[in-house]
Amino acid sequence: MLGRTAQNLFWLSRYIERAENMSRMFEVGYRMSLTSRREGGASEHLISMMQAAEALESFELKHKQADVQSVANYMLFDEENPSSVKSCLLAARTNARSVRTALTTDMWEAINAAWLEFAAIRPRDVKGSKIQELLGWIKQVSYTYRGALLSTFLRDEGYAFSQIGNFVERADNTARILDMKYYVLLPRATVVGGDVDIQQWTMILRAASAHRSYRHVYHDRYKAWNIADYLILRQEMPRSLAFCVSWINRTLDMLEDIYGERTAGHAAADAVTELIDGNGVDRIFEYGLHDFLTEFINRNNRMTDALAESYNFY
Amino acid sequence: MSQTPPFDEMHNADGTIREPYLILEEWLKEQPPQALSLMSADAESLFRRLGITFAVYGSNEGTEKLIPFDIIPRIISAMEWRRLSKGIEQRVRALNAFLYDIYHRQEILKAGRVPEKLILNNSAFCPEMMGLDPTRGVYSHIIGVDIVRVGPDDFYVLEDNLRTPSGVSYMLENREAMLQLAPELFQRFKVAPVDSYPETLRRTMESVAPENTKGAPNLVVLTPGIYNSAYFEHSFLADQMGAELCEGQDLFVEDGMVYMRTTTGPERVHVIYRRIDDDFLDPLTFRPDSMLGVPGLFDAYRAGNVTLVNAPGTGIADDKAVYTYVPEIIEFYLGEKALLKNVPTYNCTNDEERAYVLDHLEELVVKEVHGSGGYGMLVGPASTKQMREEFRKKILARPDNYIVQPTLALSTCPTFVEKGIAPRHVDLRPYVLVGDDVRITPGGLTRVALKKGSLVVNSSQGGGTKDTWVLED
Repeated sequence: MLGRTAQNLFWLSRYIERAENMSRMFEVGYRMSLTSRREGGASEHLISMMQAAEALESFELKHKQADVQSVANYMLFDEENPSSVKSCLLAARTNARSVRTALTTDMWEAINAAWLEFAAIRPRDVKGSKIQELLGWIKQVSYTYRGALLSTFLRDEGYAFSQIGNFVERADNTARILDMKYYVLLPRATVVGGDVDIQQWTMILRAASAHRSYRHVYHDRYKAWNIADYLILRQEMPRSLAFCVSWINRTLDMLEDIYGERTAGHAAADAVTELIDGNGVDRIFEYGLHDFLTEFINRNNRMTDALAESYNFY
Repeated sequence: MSQTPPFDEMHNADGTIREPYLILEEWLKEQPPQALSLMSADAESLFRRLGITFAVYGSNEGTEKLIPFDIIPRIISAMEWRRLSKGIEQRVRALNAFLYDIYHRQEILKAGRVPEKLILNNSAFCPEMMGLDPTRGVYSHIIGVDIVRVGPDDFYVLEDNLRTPSGVSYMLENREAMLQLAPELFQRFKVAPVDSYPETLRRTMESVAPENTKGAPNLVVLTPGIYNSAYFEHSFLADQMGAELCEGQDLFVEDGMVYMRTTTGPERVHVIYRRIDDDFLDPLTFRPDSMLGVPGLFDAYRAGNVTLVNAPGTGIADDKAVYTYVPEIIEFYLGEKALLKNVPTYNCTNDEERAYVLDHLEELVVKEVHGSGGYGMLVGPASTKQMREEFRKKILARPDNYIVQPTLALSTCPTFVEKGIAPRHVDLRPYVLVGDDVRITPGGLTRVALKKGSLVVNSSQGGGTKDTWVLED
């Protein structure tokens, strides 16, 4: 397989996952802004959401006011925002066109149809109930693509590179969501978090689609340590760092089987794994949640670079 | 010539149906009123979903358009096809022999049958190819011959496309679409299949692999990338052949060998079906500013370590000015009379012919010698006074840059348009593969001018396509 093909497959899956994540994050900011009763609260929620998405700085260069319309435009439709849903879907489709011969018809059609449909939407028509509808649709796009991938894609190297892209992006996203609100998860003297904390925790869990499953796992109220445990260490939580890292490792084992050798990418993945396996929640808090997450994001990036080097991405 | 009514492929002059179309006529009559427009809409969504698109130059970058597909097939009888394919085979054999000669001893120039100046001063002549020996002596492996019909037995070759003819993916996808949309038609007709084309292409490429190839040759398709107007076709063919689809950056040359960069390191490449123009192939030999090509590729080619399909420099044989000499060329190398006719062509550098041309612009077609795709062309009968004035000036300024031909009354074929079924002008591009043998796929691409009365069939100018059926005995 061409190194470029591997790279395109990796980024194709990454962009689809990112489009889904952007939609999730926007949904959280949007919902919280709707329910905020404080003066200026609506705008604050949207701003902290953009911060997590690393989109705030560039947003502020273009817009004075963060309201639902301007933020929706920027996060969903603005092609100048490289992480907007539109940019992600376009990048995914561009990557898909480059490697069309490596995709199954179902995968190609999922991306192509999504792009054609999205490109036909006029941003000014998306308001009121249409916003939720669109956000739901974006998630469906990602599910359709992954569904096509899982049920039609040959289990070879192309599949492996797709999966790695997917889980590298998801891990990065979950780490960023946690990092944005790390301070509300820090242990404090007070046993019960105030209303504001609970609202913030809900936001974190919602962004990871984890607010309901949390109850099933912990049978408890929202608590900071549990939330950190859930999104970092729990193997059964499909957006947790531990879950993503397991997938990456399993997929890298598959590449080792196919190519008959371990690479610098494998070693870099071991460094990520060590960070997750070697630490319980208490150790993580001892280390400093923010520092831990920063370290995770860095190691995750280094692993991506090492894989690109090992498998001749260019 | 433009006075007589055009030849109708479906109807005789007395209104009766020509034999190859009898069954189709029956089928059309059986269709309920809305059936054809439904089929037409189905076809469009099918093509769009599959992403069978092309980019239009001059419109916004990245805009992808569909070539309109007409659901009424164009039908050619077995006998007609036999005649056509004989004529085509004769032409491609002669033109490949011509290319070999031009890049070796140039006997035809020495014999004075083709003017030396016309070849050696031609920008399509590639001096770097002198003395090179491509495998099996084949220069043009993939050819699309443009043919028009003006009468029951009257076929003319409009152009021999010997460089990188496109459109073959439409031939294949149009057939797929027809099989899906009207499967019952295929039970009533015996239509020759076209779907072996990718396999034949593979076989052709394998047969011209470099002599030092060990084991199965590694084949690739070299594309300029996703923004090229024919990118869909490049990826389609690579996919169908099971060849790797490469861009210039995926290949590199080391010690005279071509390699591709794979996830496990370099892998040697033996045959490249390149869809990049000569000028851009290798920045070290041709245009130094080319970002699309592979540095050193031509050296590897010269050393006989890789085969380029088609070879560089084939443009000299399909140059519009050389075109006039094809009957000569056939006679010179094969000792035979040309089976297919050339369109009579006026030479504007000749005073007498130029004077005639300038007096009769409203009935002639003017083409740029190096133009293609229907750009830079004047169709006299459809032109305005202003357009003719513009071309008059152009011809006077650079008479050698234009060739002029009578307006041919292209045959018409029934076509589904807004108002129902109506005759529209068509041409035909069959595809030929040359390797260890000459193989012509029974069928081809029929292009149709969808505008009433229009003679320009190019997709960039509003033309559509039809499935093309060659009937079996």
